[in-house]
Amino acid sequence: MNVNQSAPPVPPFGQPQPVYQGYHQSSYGGQPGSTAPTTPYGAYNGPVPGYQQTSPPDYFKIKSLGIPGWFSGSVPKVISQSFSFCPLPSGVSRAPPSSEAPPASTAQAPCGQASYGQFGQGDVQNGPSSTVQMQRFPGSQPFGSVPLAPVVSQPTVLQPYGPPPTSAQVTAQLAGMQISGAVAPALPPVGLGYGSPASLASASGSFPNPGLYGSYPQGQAPPLSQAQGHLGAQPPQRSAPPQASTFTSPASGGPRMPSMTGPFLPGQGFGGPSLSQPNHVSSPPPQALPPGTQMTGPPGPPPPMHSSQQPGYQLQQNGSFGPARGPQPNYGSPYPGAPTFGSQPGPPQPLPPKRLDPDAIPSPIQVIEDDRNNRGSEPFVTGVRGQVPPLVTTNFLVKDQGNASPRYIRCTSYNIPCTSDMAKQAQVPLAAVIKPLARLPPEEASPYVVDHGESGPLRCNRCKAYMCPFMQFIEGGRRFQCCFCSCINDVPPQYFQHLDHTGKRVDAYDRPELSLGSYEFLATVDYCKNNKFPSPPAFIFMIDVSYNAIRSGLVRLLCEELKSLLDFLPREGGTEESAIRVGFVTYNKVLHFYNVKSSLAQPQMMVVSDVADMFVPLLDGFLVNVSESRAVITSLLDQIPEMFADTRETETVFAPVIQAGMEALKAAECAGKLFLFHTSLPIAEAPGKLKNRDDRKLINTDKEKTLFQPQTGAYQTLAKECVAQGCCVDLFLFPNQYVDVATLSVVPQLTGGSVYKYACFQVENDQERFLSDLRRDVQKVVGFDAVMRVRTSTGIRAVDFFGAFYMSNTTDVELAGLDGDKTVTVEFKHDDRLNEESGALLQCALLYTSCAGQRRLRIHNLALNCCTQLADLYRNCETDTLINYMAKFAYRGVLNSPVKTVRDTLITQCAQILACYRKNCASPSSAGQLILPECMKLLPVYLNCVLKSDVLQPGAEVTTDDRAYVRQLVTSMDVAETNVFFYPRLLPLTKSPIESATEPPAVRASEERLSNGDIYLLENGLNLFLWVGASVQQGVVQSLFNVSSFSQITSGLSVLPVLDNPLSKKVRGLIDSLRAQRSRYMKLIVVKQEDKLEMLFKHFLVEDKSLSGGASYVDFLCHMHKEIRQLLS
Amino acid sequence: MATYLEFIQQNEERDGVRFSWNVWPSSRLEATRMVVPLACLLTPLKERPDLPPVQYEPVLCSRPTCKAILNPLCQVDYRAKLWACNFCFQRNQFPPAYTGISEVNQPAELMPQFSTIEYVLQRGAQSPLIFLYVVDTCLEEDDLQALKESLQMSLSLLPPDALVGLITFGRMVQVHELSCEGISKSYVFRGTKDLTAKQIQDMLGLTKPAVPMQQARPGPPQEHPFVSSRFLQPVHKIDMNLTDLLGELQRDPWPVTQGKRPLRSTGVALSIAVGLLEGTFPNTGARIMLFTGGPPTQGPGMVVGDELKVPIRSWHDIEKDNARFMKKATKHYEMLANRTATNGHCIDIYACALDQTGLLEMKCCANLTGGHMVMGDSFNTSLFKQTFQRIFSKDFNGDFRMAFGATLEVKTSRELKVAGAIGPCVSLNVKGPCVSENELGVGGTNQWKICGLDPTSTLGIYFEVVNQHNAPVPQGGRGAIQFVTQYQHSSTQRRIRVTTIARNWADAQSQLRHIEAAFDQEAAAVLMARLGVFRAESEEGPDVLRWLDRQLIRLFMFHLRRSPFLQVFNNSPDESSYYRHHFARQDLTQSLIMIQPILYSYSFHGPPEPVLLDSSSILADRILLMDTFFQIVIYLGETIAQWRKAGYQDMPEYENFKHLLQAPLDDAQEILQARFPMPRYINTEHGGSQARFLLSKVNPSQTHNNLYAWGQETGAPILTDDVSLQVFMDHLKKLAVSSAC
Repeated sequence: MNVNQSAPPVPPFGQPQPVYQGYHQSSYGGQPGSTAPTTPYGAYNGPVPGYQQTSPPDYFKIKSLGIPGWFSGSVPKVISQSFSFCPLPSGVSRAPPSSEAPPASTAQAPCGQASYGQFGQGDVQNGPSSTVQMQRFPGSQPFGSVPLAPVVSQPTVLQPYGPPPTSAQVTAQLAGMQISGAVAPALPPVGLGYGSPASLASASGSFPNPGLYGSYPQGQAPPLSQAQGHLGAQPPQRSAPPQASTFTSPASGGPRMPSMTGPFLPGQGFGGPSLSQPNHVSSPPPQALPPGTQMTGPPGPPPPMHSSQQPGYQLQQNGSFGPARGPQPNYGSPYPGAPTFGSQPGPPQPLPPKRLDPDAIPSPIQVIEDDRNNRGSEPFVTGVRGQVPPLVTTNFLVKDQGNASPRYIRCTSYNIPCTSDMAKQAQVPLAAVIKPLARLPPEEASPYVVDHGESGPLRCNRCKAYMCPFMQFIEGGRRFQCCFCSCINDVPPQYFQHLDHTGKRVDAYDRPELSLGSYEFLATVDYCKNNKFPSPPAFIFMIDVSYNAIRSGLVRLLCEELKSLLDFLPREGGTEESAIRVGFVTYNKVLHFYNVKSSLAQPQMMVVSDVADMFVPLLDGFLVNVSESRAVITSLLDQIPEMFADTRETETVFAPVIQAGMEALKAAECAGKLFLFHTSLPIAEAPGKLKNRDDRKLINTDKEKTLFQPQTGAYQTLAKECVAQGCCVDLFLFPNQYVDVATLSVVPQLTGGSVYKYACFQVENDQERFLSDLRRDVQKVVGFDAVMRVRTSTGIRAVDFFGAFYMSNTTDVELAGLDGDKTVTVEFKHDDRLNEESGALLQCALLYTSCAGQRRLRIHNLALNCCTQLADLYRNCETDTLINYMAKFAYRGVLNSPVKTVRDTLITQCAQILACYRKNCASPSSAGQLILPECMKLLPVYLNCVLKSDVLQPGAEVTTDDRAYVRQLVTSMDVAETNVFFYPRLLPLTKSPIESATEPPAVRASEERLSNGDIYLLENGLNLFLWVGASVQQGVVQSLFNVSSFSQITSGLSVLPVLDNPLSKKVRGLIDSLRAQRSRYMKLIVVKQEDKLEMLFKHFLVEDKSLSGGASYVDFLCHMHKEIRQLLS
Repeated sequence: MATYLEFIQQNEERDGVRFSWNVWPSSRLEATRMVVPLACLLTPLKERPDLPPVQYEPVLCSRPTCKAILNPLCQVDYRAKLWACNFCFQRNQFPPAYTGISEVNQPAELMPQFSTIEYVLQRGAQSPLIFLYVVDTCLEEDDLQALKESLQMSLSLLPPDALVGLITFGRMVQVHELSCEGISKSYVFRGTKDLTAKQIQDMLGLTKPAVPMQQARPGPPQEHPFVSSRFLQPVHKIDMNLTDLLGELQRDPWPVTQGKRPLRSTGVALSIAVGLLEGTFPNTGARIMLFTGGPPTQGPGMVVGDELKVPIRSWHDIEKDNARFMKKATKHYEMLANRTATNGHCIDIYACALDQTGLLEMKCCANLTGGHMVMGDSFNTSLFKQTFQRIFSKDFNGDFRMAFGATLEVKTSRELKVAGAIGPCVSLNVKGPCVSENELGVGGTNQWKICGLDPTSTLGIYFEVVNQHNAPVPQGGRGAIQFVTQYQHSSTQRRIRVTTIARNWADAQSQLRHIEAAFDQEAAAVLMARLGVFRAESEEGPDVLRWLDRQLIRLFMFHLRRSPFLQVFNNSPDESSYYRHHFARQDLTQSLIMIQPILYSYSFHGPPEPVLLDSSSILADRILLMDTFFQIVIYLGETIAQWRKAGYQDMPEYENFKHLLQAPLDDAQEILQARFPMPRYINTEHGGSQARFLLSKVNPSQTHNNLYAWGQETGAPILTDDVSLQVFMDHLKKLAVSSAC
């Protein structure tokens, strides 16, 4: 394949996909450049122009090559059309040669080898950095904005700060991938194309890189240089594109199945970690085949791709596709094979031919890495409208200059179509994921509190929007025009200020509400319930003391913990003591309230057995200040485990418990939070009594939805009352069997609470996890009795909401409680035309009661761009957010529709999105080519993860409760959480030197990436696995587990021994840091290779085919391609 | 007469029985003509220090419908070891234990002096006495404090093995668990929700035995203490705990806004108390003692809403049918009372408040179960404190003067039938051959249940002579009545007291003088009054008065008519209920005092002398002591009052004046010591505001109307429109004459 690099010259290919080719070429150029810097640049430039025309930079093309391997493989049937995946653009250039002349391929091979070797180096050195750069901006921008090239290049650098929006788009464009080489129409899209797409993406990115290589070893600077390079090089690039096009065309044209296999192989070769190596080896042959099999054209392209991978390109490609990293080292080895493939399809084919090269398809890992490298070092300044923020996986600082930080709001797209027609055409959901009380890193200041005095916050008279930086002051400052509804309002005298020559108020920078995206107003009494300032909230701990809870040791543990935990109730500002009062209730089938008034010598217990008609038996002494009543509380917590030590009561109630807590808060006239610790299905005679209705037979039937629906409407009614009272419910479940999470979680869900579930709780095993969650949950800052409203400027409006809350009308999101982890996803729809000039504005206002009982309004403002070109939309999308929305949409859908329908809907929508892009934005290319927008190149892989998640496709071992639990969890997840939840992080522990302080680079979640000589950590925000390969070095085993051999490691171990050696410290440190990043404690499970538990672990290797029938990434991509092609035709 | 007086007195002392007629008219027709029915006042447990109970069981007549108990009136064939029942004439074999019987070796029950005899039953589990305190916490701080102290004090008076329980209520009802260490535990109930006994027991966890019981079959006896142990504990075990618990009792913490009454869930609290005992100790002696400081204001049994602007119902409201909660509340408490009676428990009501507390509605709780009813102004008064203490007074044997779960059975000879009973009892609805179809009082049965008894509890029992005129009783024939009272003695023994009496029959036409001579005026007055009160409770006031007027022409009637038992004017419904309650259970002497208060006059002219209850007795140089049963009034005449004001009593030379002042005080003290409930003690003088208590009782022979006619030297005028006795008598005479015509 590499050989192909030299091939770039082949113009014919370029024609069909100018852009693509261009990339390739450039990359090719780059590759050569690596050897000889100057040349690569030139090459780049050439392609760039070509791209611009077609706007190729925006996407990744995956040339779907007829992948022989695929076809022959399991997938074949599915994929009627064969895709030849032209690896990278570079591949295109190469492709021609390979396809055209097999010999050439052989020739390429050598080149490839060389390039591989380079790759390897690149990876180590530049790989990450370069790739990143490429994808995200500089590289892409320049490409996209062909004409602007020079300019663009600058912007790319500036982008973070808010340079011209175009630049951002450009970058996006660059990211475009192509999967070219749908060689055999009949053949499944399988993998073939993948290789190529990667190349495309990388290509864009790679451009810069190569430059970097030469001039800049790393860093952002490269982008600039790249850009420049591009400019200069553009002309040549152009020439290159044609080649690419020609390349692709062949691919599409080439129906030959066999050729398909070819492409795959190459890809594999790239990605191939040590394990994958074999595949790689095999892959090369496919390449060779592709040429043959694929349409004459297609086969050609793929090979070029490979070649493109060479130095610069390859890196880039990797970036885009992901696989690059791991593989790099391997590349070296694969390469050798590759050449052979090219030359001799025969031998290699047998093994690998069946698969598309996973390394060639877009890699989340690479994308994340690239973004991290490109955008992690500079603060994200929010001053500019419509900027796409860095990915959630990137660590970055935010400077608020007028728009809300992405920590508060993230959008699926930062550029909204001006008309609903466009929006409908694109099918890209317009949604914002809002986390109004998000926690900020210590370096960022929390929102300023603004006090407008007795008159309250200044608002538009008509639409009631709050004063914000977008309000336009006119008439010398005497009036302002509302940016949302255009109403002209008088400025109250006390608020009057003169305007400067630009029309800005002189005091704009002194007032947070005129200069910042996020700030808070102190609310006046008008904003309070019953026109009374609220009292400080209360926490009520409600503990199940039935037999199960006592026996498992939960009650004792909990009571012990509460004694100290009560010192850490959330406080506000610098106050010494929390204003929050606490109360205690225990229950089984009756409720026990406790009077812990400070004046009492001993606590008093009050039993309420009238569960049918719950009430609160006491007023005074139930909710107390912790420090005042400490002695009594301690005495109580000491006694609770003793009192119920001999209990034989196994039945519990549930609804009355919540009712009681709510009534208590009502009686105390305050908002608050209930912490419920519950163990079993509430079967005691009482309202909300449940029966066991767990029926696995319903799965995959039309009635499956009932498993997600609450059993009785009683809980909704109850939740409604809770919300009215500002009573948030956090539920800790400790079930030994089915407890009907779907029903029990209704109230927490509707009141903005959280559900925690500890199946088969054992103190020894689960103590750490439970206590950690509990501490966090108790200590976290919560806003109570909140109402959230999202206002938008004319043209769009919020139509749908997802999350843990209750809505009594269509606009107000009511949250009994809202903490820093809870997210509300809002979907917007057009109700009018938007204006490109004025853009679209969002204002999210959250009225809430703080922990100290202060009534406040938190305002977040965000300005978005509007576009008339679909390309702009696709260039400013954020896939992670999109997935967040789609997951929530789907998870809600299962309540009402059969799961299969939901899945199909998702797939269709995704296909429509991509097809629309392909149709409207991508350069014309063969139908066999899978072309993905740069910003969405991960959409298929992520979507596949959503589709095969437990909710939408349960495995045999997944319980109904688990599904309901996950469903409920996802509903209020933020983007970062959904990201890692659906695509877990897999970290090799023994690959990088022990000394390195940084987190090891992640690898793709696939079994292929696991080497049996290594140890890996896998986390998805809920679970944490330590996978130990069977042939791990003994020394490693010793230093990590303190046992002498692999066989002695206890499977299922949940705690690593504390050992004083660097490896142990590092691993434990890493585990701790991972846990610190997540809102829930992840319990560690040590999994040994080939062990029973490994099944569980493999469930999280989401790129693989799952046991429950979920498609592998490659399969799914092919399927998606098929869908798209159907749509296009 | 003298002999009859003696006879009557002797009978009363020995048997605790006083008949209206001591010689009985021998036919129905004659009996009807007598106007005053044949009836008696029975004090079942009259204290008989000279009567040691026998330690064996009574011998019963073998006829299933009779089952009379062997008594001195039975004919005995010592040789054949047979005895003939004097009620049904069945001949019965003596049981084996009586083999040694002979004329000289008679068992006690055959000796004439043992017409009343008490047996101690050996069988049956003896369960401890139970005292369940039901305490209102919606009290003023000092009231609550006083009540708490009284309750704590009472713990020391209880027998150590008695079980005690505590229920407190206000807005909620709390049933306290007494066996907890380290934490005080209580079950709380909503004060607004009426719960069935089953629900209550479920909620208190008292029905648990359902499952375990079957496993633990072998030891059902243990079951009981175990189940109940949480709420009812032996005093000696939880003495300290309960004392602390009572000490920590707080006023009901729920806020009471201005213009509102506190929410008081008396109805539910009582219901729970009843349910608790019902589920744990049915048919064992138990007292539910309700202490309340105001009217029930919520939930079942509420008497008045919590709005202060709406006053509690008055007689006026009741007449106007304006008491919206009364019927419902009464029904609720009646239901409770009946349940309690069925279970053999009794309910005491101690109501201390300045306003009414709903005694009218709740009265049946005490009336039907033989419980006490005490009404006072505040728990912080000696009236309450001493009355309460007196509940736990002991007799000469050191036993409490209380008995539980009694059933009274009346057997009569053929010529008589039982028409009914009036007193603190409920019917057991046992229809026997000796039950009359005509009902007087609680009739239709010859067995009644009296859940709470003390030595003075007295029932009026009414009979009907059914012997037809054409089948005369043979000369010298005697009618007999046997009263069989089974009860649980305070020592927890089961006992049976049997009283058998006989009276001569007389032909009214030939022996009218005998009958007249044997008429017991006092007994008749009280018995008639009881009938009157009984009717007053169930019928409209004026009708009763008219009935009484038609029935009786006697001195007592004047005062009875004016008494609070029949006259509701000037009394709240609660007061009326209270007075009537006591009237229906006190013995003859006390009842007489209630009907016609006693007035003593103290002067330098001689020893204290009883004087007419008349305004003419109110003289300036006298000290008056009036005992109305409910009140003891000491009234200083005008001169005496002035003297005392002048301080003569402190001067050595006027020591006799000091003695004079002291004399009524001492006498009053004596009465106060003995009486239950403790009377209201009033020490006043001429012109004092509290003199009204005296003035309202005396016969208004002098009023503002006739003042001048009477001259000013004697007596004190009463400002009233009521007619005086003189006028009343004149009117009666006129009526009597005219009706006779």
